[in-house]
Amino acid sequence: MYSAFSLLVTLFGVAALFAWLSADYLAITQLVVYVGGVLVLFLFAVMLTNKITDSEDSNPLVNVTGALPIGFGMGALLVTVAVQTPWKVLAKTTATETTSLVGNALLTEYLLPFEVASILILGALVGAVMMARKEVK
Amino acid sequence: MPHQEILTVGLKHFLVLSSILFAVGSFVVVSRQNAVGILIGVELILNSANINLVAFSHYVTGLVGGQVFALFVIVIAAAEAAIALAIVLSIFQNFGTIDSTQADTMRG
Repeated sequence: MYSAFSLLVTLFGVAALFAWLSADYLAITQLVVYVGGVLVLFLFAVMLTNKITDSEDSNPLVNVTGALPIGFGMGALLVTVAVQTPWKVLAKTTATETTSLVGNALLTEYLLPFEVASILILGALVGAVMMARKEVK
Repeated sequence: MPHQEILTVGLKHFLVLSSILFAVGSFVVVSRQNAVGILIGVELILNSANINLVAFSHYVTGLVGGQVFALFVIVIAAAEAAIALAIVLSIFQNFGTIDSTQADTMRG
């Protein structure tokens, strides 16, 4: 439960970063889809699957000896790469609103992935309902 | 003035932040026993990838291609979360627990 609420804070932070990077449409989408949809799903899953009685030993960590090197090694490697690579950064970045540009790109250049994504969502919806409901004889 | 140079937020800061988020996410995925916890780690990893995409699209290309890809990543992540939580609920109905080490019927 605490981790779900911490995820809420993280998602809000990422949305703020998107707005900062002049990706305003993406920030709103992040809020609507993640905070409004995915997080509610997570909260329901947590509530439906937790037994209140055994909450005292909530979620012990396993494999910490294996997971710590993986996490720290991955983080150190990525940070080193990110800091040391000479990225070709634009000389001047402008903070403009990009919603109309994203809309144009979605309906012209990326039209096929857009339609495929809609079919994927339809399939995911039907599949999720099929799996989550109880069997009806 | 070098002090001013440090305070300017640039591409590298976003890359370092997303690296840290990715590392935390992979740590969570490996170390959690709770299936919902593992899914939360996956969401962290996807978000770090999104930060990377948008940061590169803002600082390197100046176009919106990265944002469109991040949008698709969000779509895929939403579908994945719905399916995965349905699977978790179904596992909970069958096994009475969402401990990922307990659901081992198909282990060879």
